[in-house]
Amino acid sequence: MPELVITVARFGFLILLWIFVFTVVGVIRRDLFAGARSGRLVAAPRGVGASTSQPPSGKPAKVKRGRAAHQMVVTAGQLAGTRITLGEAQITIGRAEDSTLVITDDYASARHARLVPRDGQWYVEDLGSTNGTYLDRAKVTGPTPVPLGVPIRIGRTSLELRP
Amino acid sequence: MTAAAVPAASPASTGEQSGVRLARSRRNAELSLLLLAMVLVAAYSAMIEAKALDTITGDFWIPAAALGLVFLGLHLVIRWLAPFADPALLPAVALLNGIGVGFLRRFDLAQAAPAEREDLAIFAGTGGRQLAWTLASVVLAAGLLAVLRDHRTLSRYAYTLGLAGIVLVMIPAILPGRFSEINGAKLWIIVPGLGQIQPGEFAKLALLTFFAYYLVRKREVLSLASRRVLGIDFPRGRDLGPVLVVWLISLMVLVFEKDLGTSLLYFGMFVVTLYIATERVSWLLIGLLLFFGGAYLAYVLGSTVGGPFANFYDRAQIWLDPFAEPYDRGYQLVQGLLTLGTGGLFGAGPGGGQPTLLPEVQTDFIFAGIGEEIGLFGLSALLVVYLLIVERGLRAALAVRDSFGKLLAGGLAFTLGLQVFVIVGGISKLIPLTGQTTPFLSAGGSSLMANWLLIAVLLRVSDGARRPVTGGRGPAARPAGGPPEQLHGAPTEVIRP
Repeated sequence: MPELVITVARFGFLILLWIFVFTVVGVIRRDLFAGARSGRLVAAPRGVGASTSQPPSGKPAKVKRGRAAHQMVVTAGQLAGTRITLGEAQITIGRAEDSTLVITDDYASARHARLVPRDGQWYVEDLGSTNGTYLDRAKVTGPTPVPLGVPIRIGRTSLELRP
Repeated sequence: MTAAAVPAASPASTGEQSGVRLARSRRNAELSLLLLAMVLVAAYSAMIEAKALDTITGDFWIPAAALGLVFLGLHLVIRWLAPFADPALLPAVALLNGIGVGFLRRFDLAQAAPAEREDLAIFAGTGGRQLAWTLASVVLAAGLLAVLRDHRTLSRYAYTLGLAGIVLVMIPAILPGRFSEINGAKLWIIVPGLGQIQPGEFAKLALLTFFAYYLVRKREVLSLASRRVLGIDFPRGRDLGPVLVVWLISLMVLVFEKDLGTSLLYFGMFVVTLYIATERVSWLLIGLLLFFGGAYLAYVLGSTVGGPFANFYDRAQIWLDPFAEPYDRGYQLVQGLLTLGTGGLFGAGPGGGQPTLLPEVQTDFIFAGIGEEIGLFGLSALLVVYLLIVERGLRAALAVRDSFGKLLAGGLAFTLGLQVFVIVGGISKLIPLTGQTTPFLSAGGSSLMANWLLIAVLLRVSDGARRPVTGGRGPAARPAGGPPEQLHGAPTEVIRP
């Protein structure tokens, strides 16, 4: 084996190793910078049709009204910081292990509440919990529409819908 | 649940979302990364043969191809059983595993007589055994993915696993040295004539599962009942109980099994899960103080009393000044440092080093042995690959939606990182050297198997974290495209725990 070939291969291998590293970083890049990009999201609400979406070139809407919720964020409690991307399926909340959001909270029931989408609007519904579900300060008695950014309180946990 | 029941991520949902949970499964990205990793492994073996044999034999690609096939199998299993698992984990681990197998084969070549080198069979020697162990471990990992369809199932067996973990830790300490001691560390179960296993590697996983479960139960008490001293919240005395028990266990490991690394690993694992559970910095402070206090005490006792502490004292002495006795006690560490120094920035090229000069190069010092040939430039790439694996684990912990999963994934990822720190810190003389394996690189079936199981659990948790939400009754309860459930007349059930 000529020395030159081996030298070239040696450095080629090292470069290829780093290319691998950067390719992996490229694949997970969106996760790494997840928080930074959320500011300019203008995505069409899923399952609602394109009627409420805006042209991608336009600036993000300032008004909250009319924008669909895309995320549910836990703002207080032990799961604080957890985000759930909203789809078309309901979200159940409680201590039961098969809940979508499993909260370990002494003041929560096994099946505490659920969030259900209908016509692009999310409704919160209490499932007969012991300590109740609160939308901001008001106790939830029946299916209640949830505006963006208003806290839903369950025990010590607080959730919000975000665009 | 079959693959068909999992709704393909709708095109609309591939738009910019939070990024914490991507609706796309990214399996194709995983496949291409895996192929790239296997190309790297094949290139590595080719260069080793070119340098060590002066020619590339016709079947240099066989180990890489065998590994590639097994990993491809695991990839298909993931596609089927955990379609939303993290795409970066498998390729990164596959690369490390492949480089490890390649290096061990290179070590065999260096040991064989020059005339026999070209005829060295694929499954012969350390490299061949490692290859066989890899096949077994990957099959085991796939099996775990198949059995464990939801990581929350693990919490049901938490106490059993905790007991099993403690028993596994204790066995080598109790067994007579003949059946448990290799190179001064009593970490093994040796079956004469058959081989040996290192139960501590598996105990790590079992104990962590138990910690995660226990702390989910107790986190309220641990984080709320506290006294404030000097601006830091300290827990009540009685809540310190379990921490002290684990501290004692890890100290006993240190004393009776003579292994600082494992004891640091267990204790660090517990303190960090405690920290994740309670978000209290005081636990980290208490943990660090306890550990360093204990280690210092062992050092002092070792110098005055000797006995069971003598081994630790010796190691600390070597660490403080390895060049005091470079041909005697400090030989291994000195050789390791010289090896790393010989490698320099770019290394001698795969196959160009002298791994036979370094004792234990196939296990503890494999990182130094590889470093001699790929240099700092290559080693840092490998370290970044480890970092990425740990980062993916922590990301899965952030994104998963139940506390047990958070603690489990966070603890597992941290444990992997800590183990890399303990061994790489050891061979580079940052901390006293202890006999830890380098995950996925070192020769050894127990370590490889346990770490692949760890990766399987991380894959499972990340699958649960990234899977699109499709209702509360399991992932396949309702197709995502269906109409929303009726609100009127929906039953309101009262189920109290």
